[in-house]
Amino acid sequence: MDPLSWTGSIAFLNPLLFAALGLLAISILLWIVIGAVTPENRAITNEGGTLSLSAGPQGLAALAVRITFLASAVILLAYVVLGLVMGTGAGIIGAISQRMLPVWIALILLFTLSISFKRRLGLYGKLFDSPIGMIGFGLVMFWVFTGIFGAFDMIVTHDSLAQASGMKNKAPGTPLRGAEDGDFAWYLLGGDNLARDVFSRMVKGAWEVVKIAPLATIFAFMVGITLGLPAGYYGGKLDTFLSFLANLILAFPVILLFYLLVTPEIVATGLPQYMAVVLFAFPMVFFGVLLNARYRTQPQKNLIILAVVLVPLFLMYMSLINAAGSKIDFWPLDFFDVPGGILVVFVSVVFVNSPTVFRIVRGLTMDIKTRDYVAAAQTRGERPWYIMLWEVLPNARGPLIVDFCLRIGYTTILLGTLGFFGLGLPPESPDWGSTINEGRKLLSVYLHPALPPAIALLSLVLGLNLLADGLREESLRD
Amino acid sequence: MGLFILRRVGVMILTALCLTFVVFFMTNLYPNLEKLAKTQGNFRMSDEAVASWLEKGGYLQSTPKKYLEWVGLAPSYQHVADDGTITGRCITPGMDPAEAPRFCGILQGYWGYSTVFKDEVSSIVATRLSLTGTLMFWVMVVMVPSALILGVLAGMKEGSATDRTLSTFAITTTATPEYVSGVLFIAIFSSSAVGLKWFKGTATSAMESPNIENFLLPVLTIALYGMGYIARMTRASMTEVMTAQYIRTARLKGVSFPNIVMKHALRNALIAPFTVIMLQFPWLLNGVVIVETLFNYKGFGWTLVQAAGNNDIELLLGVSVVSVLVVLITQLISDIGYVYLNPRIRIS
Repeated sequence: MDPLSWTGSIAFLNPLLFAALGLLAISILLWIVIGAVTPENRAITNEGGTLSLSAGPQGLAALAVRITFLASAVILLAYVVLGLVMGTGAGIIGAISQRMLPVWIALILLFTLSISFKRRLGLYGKLFDSPIGMIGFGLVMFWVFTGIFGAFDMIVTHDSLAQASGMKNKAPGTPLRGAEDGDFAWYLLGGDNLARDVFSRMVKGAWEVVKIAPLATIFAFMVGITLGLPAGYYGGKLDTFLSFLANLILAFPVILLFYLLVTPEIVATGLPQYMAVVLFAFPMVFFGVLLNARYRTQPQKNLIILAVVLVPLFLMYMSLINAAGSKIDFWPLDFFDVPGGILVVFVSVVFVNSPTVFRIVRGLTMDIKTRDYVAAAQTRGERPWYIMLWEVLPNARGPLIVDFCLRIGYTTILLGTLGFFGLGLPPESPDWGSTINEGRKLLSVYLHPALPPAIALLSLVLGLNLLADGLREESLRD
Repeated sequence: MGLFILRRVGVMILTALCLTFVVFFMTNLYPNLEKLAKTQGNFRMSDEAVASWLEKGGYLQSTPKKYLEWVGLAPSYQHVADDGTITGRCITPGMDPAEAPRFCGILQGYWGYSTVFKDEVSSIVATRLSLTGTLMFWVMVVMVPSALILGVLAGMKEGSATDRTLSTFAITTTATPEYVSGVLFIAIFSSSAVGLKWFKGTATSAMESPNIENFLLPVLTIALYGMGYIARMTRASMTEVMTAQYIRTARLKGVSFPNIVMKHALRNALIAPFTVIMLQFPWLLNGVVIVETLFNYKGFGWTLVQAAGNNDIELLLGVSVVSVLVVLITQLISDIGYVYLNPRIRIS
């Protein structure tokens, strides 16, 4: 087996790509300079009284940017498509592209479906009107699908923990020594300092993020919303107290908090578990109050709905906090055990994120409670919790959705930080932060172990930020 | 105004007490103390030996009492051994117990003794803090002006080419945490694999003589992450100001565009970023810890990691007191500064 080069037989695309990217850079520069120097386009009155904008150098520059951007995108797409067809013939890029086949299929399906039904999909559909939002959504979904399929062992080429002899710190594309039939014959992105496959670890790392970050953010939002709504709505002493608590947590240096919470000694005292007991109870409280506020007047229906929602939630809650051999171990119906490290990481991330959500929800509630429809509901005699959850909350959804996307990105960064300091997650865990931390030690000699997870994390968070930006733009439009 | 500041300071002191108590409580949990006893005494101590060691150091009192002793509001614990010798926190070896001060806590300037660095905590914190101060100073010098310029340029004309390009840049920097940008910088500018080798990948030598070669990368790494956020805030506030009535009036009067930006818009647009910059400090602290670890710059953040990783309780407490105070003081400054800068609040 020969070592793979980066592009193999599609190397003819490289000069094209460089040319396109160079032209793109030049045209963006021109666009900025022309936009700053020349006056704005003037309106011209045509015959027949219609108005149109004069075509100026600005329009031309914008067109040039668009064309070169499209050209670069097409060439990048060509890499993927040719790689898909030619596989390892097209070098490392081809092989990776071929391994990613399920991701491409899922992405194409998602985008065609979403775009064809976008008028019926509300805010989500409107996202597909904004190019920035679409790019962001594409990046995010790419990593989400990579994570999900990676968890089913579809994309990975090797076991992310297996060490192969002679592959220590080997460059990308090195063939596996003594590969047997059925083994993938190369380390696509090289081997790390323990001779494990960097590519497979990166894919598995995506699953670590996809599994923890959105869920932790949802929990943080439940906590923030359940506490922020009454704080903003009632104000007064309750608000002062809760805001003080939130500021207390916010003034805490995050890393210090992590170090204090995640060390094995503290975990042994069960402190994180007690925090989990409190924090994970909030979804139950939230849904309980939400449904009760709505169906309070129909006791029969109320009881059924509450039972249907709360009983499974309660069972999940109990199996989540109950772990055999820990401080909380009395509940007989324990369906699953969360590995200790993951639970601690989860708790600390939720704990750090919820005060910010609380502040946002509180601010939004204070703003919205002065609106007429709230006054109308109060006049109708609705209960406070009904007003908070069914009048105020739906009207605060725009900023909250935007912040949700940003916060997933921030949670991803936090998870990376935890991994970077080797806190909480098991040492051989393939998450991106730990991989970056391991790779950085040899960075001056070998780049390939540290760069793929770094770029992966960067692109995921960038995607989430772009997505949030697109959502903000589109939600402001209506 | 005076009453406002007084109330803020009061809340600040309360917050500081709560936070330090939390840290104190968590560092003084029994498993931590047991580990401390074993590292200080010997690793094969029996449970009874650990208990008597802790008893001797006064660690077995109730947490609130220990906390008050540590702050310096309660008389310090003294242990009377079987043979009548008295030992205690305040009593340095060779000192007559009768002459030793009764109170020795943070307020009296007694910060404790670091078990890792074998030195007084106060002197460690002081030297490390000054190193980090240098780093932060340069970060501020790089970050604040560039972020403000970026934000103002982007916010001048909303939706223009400059705006879109600069906004994309700002978003990219906020999406790049320090441990990613730092790794990328080291990979590109200092590794032998790429071969540029313009700068050094470690900042250890910058502790004695900071220069561009060894200090630029760490400074840039912290500055970039904070910069995007400040720039976006500046942009938002600038676009808001640029749509205000008085700007339109100025335009209709025929004031030139640069004049509008410089004389009419800028002052009002910079109020919001000021608060943001001050509130950025807690995050910068975060970044400092990562960057100092990454570039092996032995400052305050590095000390935090060492103290936390080695169960150095007194040093960790000292470090957390300082970092909590830094955060709270910047919050106070930002509150007061906001009121001072914004005439609408100041007068009412």
